[in-house]
Amino acid sequence: MSPLLSVENLRIAFPSRQGPVEVVRGVSFELGRERLGIVGESGSGKSQTGRAILGLTPVSGKATADLLEFDGIDLRDATPAKWRSLRGARMSMVMQDPKFSLNPVMTIGKQLMEAVKLHGGKSEARDKSLAMLEAVQIRDPERVMAAYPHELSGGMGQRAMIAMMLVTEPDLLIADEPTSALDVTVQIEVLRILDRLVSERGMGLIFISHDLELVSTFCDRVLVMYAGRVVEELDAAKMSEAQHPYTRGLIGCLPKINGDVRPLPVLARDAAWLE
Amino acid sequence: MTADPSRQGLSQWLLSEQPASRNQARLGQAWRIWLSFTSNRLGMVGLGIVLILVLVAIFADVIAPYNPLLGGDLRTERLLPPSMDHWMGTDDLARDIFSRVVHGARLTLMVVALVAIIATPIGLLVGTTSGYFGGWIDTVLMRITDIFLAFPRLILALAFVAALGPGIENAIIAIAITSWPPYARLARAETLSIRNAEHIDAIRLQGASSGRIIWGHVVPLCMSSVIIRVTLDMAGIILTAAGLGFLGLGAQPPQPEWGAMIAGGRRFLIDYWWVATMPGIAIFVVSLGFNLLGDGLRDVLDPKAQQQ
Amino acid sequence: MRALRLSATVAFTILGLLVVTFLIGRVVPVDPVLAVVGDRASQSTYDRAFVELGLDRPLYVQFGLYVEKAITGDFGESVLTKKPILDDLIYVFPATLELATVGIIIGTLFGIPVGVWAAVRQGKLVDQVVRILGLVGYSAPIFWLGLLGLLVFYAKWGLVAGPGRIDISYEYAFTRVTGLYLVDTAMQGQWGAFRNVVSHIALPGALLGYYSMAYIARMTRSFMLNELAQEYVVTARVKGVAEWRIIWVHALRNAAVPLVTVIALSYAGLLEGSVLTETVFAWPGLGQYLTNSLQNADMNAVLGGTLLIGIIFVGLNLLSDFLYTLLDPRVRRRS
Repeated sequence: MSPLLSVENLRIAFPSRQGPVEVVRGVSFELGRERLGIVGESGSGKSQTGRAILGLTPVSGKATADLLEFDGIDLRDATPAKWRSLRGARMSMVMQDPKFSLNPVMTIGKQLMEAVKLHGGKSEARDKSLAMLEAVQIRDPERVMAAYPHELSGGMGQRAMIAMMLVTEPDLLIADEPTSALDVTVQIEVLRILDRLVSERGMGLIFISHDLELVSTFCDRVLVMYAGRVVEELDAAKMSEAQHPYTRGLIGCLPKINGDVRPLPVLARDAAWLE
Repeated sequence: MTADPSRQGLSQWLLSEQPASRNQARLGQAWRIWLSFTSNRLGMVGLGIVLILVLVAIFADVIAPYNPLLGGDLRTERLLPPSMDHWMGTDDLARDIFSRVVHGARLTLMVVALVAIIATPIGLLVGTTSGYFGGWIDTVLMRITDIFLAFPRLILALAFVAALGPGIENAIIAIAITSWPPYARLARAETLSIRNAEHIDAIRLQGASSGRIIWGHVVPLCMSSVIIRVTLDMAGIILTAAGLGFLGLGAQPPQPEWGAMIAGGRRFLIDYWWVATMPGIAIFVVSLGFNLLGDGLRDVLDPKAQQQ
Repeated sequence: MRALRLSATVAFTILGLLVVTFLIGRVVPVDPVLAVVGDRASQSTYDRAFVELGLDRPLYVQFGLYVEKAITGDFGESVLTKKPILDDLIYVFPATLELATVGIIIGTLFGIPVGVWAAVRQGKLVDQVVRILGLVGYSAPIFWLGLLGLLVFYAKWGLVAGPGRIDISYEYAFTRVTGLYLVDTAMQGQWGAFRNVVSHIALPGALLGYYSMAYIARMTRSFMLNELAQEYVVTARVKGVAEWRIIWVHALRNAAVPLVTVIALSYAGLLEGSVLTETVFAWPGLGQYLTNSLQNADMNAVLGGTLLIGIIFVGLNLLSDFLYTLLDPRVRRRS
């Protein structure tokens, strides 16, 4: 079976006073209908990688790749119309903080139905939206449809966001730190909803996070990124077999419930990892 | 740039990462600001215009070819079009318009300088006092400020001039009285953000009086943003002064004030267009200069506001 | 609660306006009586005014008298027209209102699209043009541009009618109802007069429109740049929303919230600009009334006009506050 998404040698550069700076430097991976985690610290290029797949690299930046293929479609020089037919309908993205990622002056219902209407289905937009809100376990979907984003809690907002992104039943979902802005208690719930929907619908998922532990329990496979490169690719089940000192460092930094590690080791960085 | 060793040494000394003295650090900071300002082309154009205005005002007597107040022969030299002898033509009293425009630079510069000198301290004092003490002092002072802001500036200045009587001194006072409220608002906002800073607490614990803290420590910190704002306002001040002059409430004849000159040329507009046009160009260029300079300064000193 | 606080603020501001005009009219002048009755008044008129103003009594009593009269709409009599100030103001105001309204309509209709366009094409040609238009608007004296406009469009090319609101030959072709000539002539079907009014208002209206356009476009640009950088714009793109819809529906709807204040401020600014514009175009409105009164040292008229403009300013601020709450759901539901 050919992969859903193939990325080869993805590079993203931004101009600066000292000339262009590459924030993603040759990332390659393949994705089937599975759950792939991308882990890295801030500035490692993980979010830019996710956005580049959707063609959302900021205008000042420049993304290039030897291969960027989604379901046999070359994305590298897709026209705006092509992008519009892919985004939403076949690939979508859940972002970090519903406070910012939802339009503050439109009701949830309007934003949800906009997504449905864009990809056909004007008549059943409302029913579909309500059903989707129920699917993300919102108990009172009618009320949420009429609400403005600021009237919802963070967890509710993020569920609405997930509903909005999945209502068109895409094949690929990119989740960019979907739970980092939420309370710890709500995080688990939202993750569970996301997990269930993704496996039910057999979608491909790219889960971007800085939280190695979370990613390893939630995904099938993990890419570890450091300074714009993939330094290690691992089976989620075999985290303990990590070879790269950065990954090992990350694992070592975690406090453990049994066995006191004091003082917690600090991640030592090596200039050689940049190469 | 060619490698002039002494010059390079100076630049290196200024840009040093480890300044040896406080003065070196200050000069270095100023030099960095200057360097980044010079890379702003429009800002430099503005600075150039303002410098030319200052030079023209200083050397008006040397530059102006004719007497700005006394005209030539009324029979033969009235309302002459621009020519080699009279670059901007002559007006209805046979005066050389170019000479009048040159001398008008003095009046314009005087208005701008005096308004800035009067309004800035008032605004700083009201704003810092209000922000530092808070409570009812803040409420009262800010309400007063709001009342002044509730009038359009030109209208309030008009009313003041009506009460004080026309004349350039009164126009300056009127413009100054109507200019300070925005500075007070700004200074208050700045004060609010620094009044609880630890270095202010430290000074307070050393027993410094409120007056001393405000004047010696709060005001200097508010200064730079207020100065940017005043520079940005200077074009507005020039336009208000010209407007008052145009309405006959500012400088009185025969003073060569640009606004009043436009009013004087209005009667001959259709047949002798240059009489009203030339002083207008002067106002336009000078306030454009101040606008460009202000924009440039803001971009350098306050990058956050750049997009506004 | 909110309404109470708001009305307290408004009452306080209007009281403040009264204090300021009182100070300007009664305290600053060397002889307030002369300022009110004019230099040519007889001794008996002078004495009567002296008592009426309460100048023989303490300052606070004078202020009390002033407020009392102002609240009943009594601003005294104009030296120039010999009519009550309030009647004069009511008569001249529609001319100013009509002109400023034409200006703000032009400014908004052009300013917003141009500003949006400049934000979308940041740094490109349109953006530079908007910047230059803005700089010229901020730097050129309005009365000078008005004179140049008259010179070129009226005297040289004859495209528009000259100074004034209407030609004398049309002045009696319709009855004055609202005082807005465009409305009056249109309602009475006097299309010849209507065309004449349009031809008169075109130049001053376009001039004021240009000034407000420069300001509105500049602010629209900066608000739009801010909105287009928000995350919800990315969300909309992810959903596959077309770019024009993202700009004109998603982002502009958000930018509209602060824009309302800008438009209200700019409308108020046009009233201010009217003082100079009306002088240039011999436009018989509030601005010209104020200038005439000023030049004839008619203090009561000046104070009345100043107060009226101040109150309109306060009113416009209130209106923009109200529209703000209407447009922004975050504020709306809280109150």
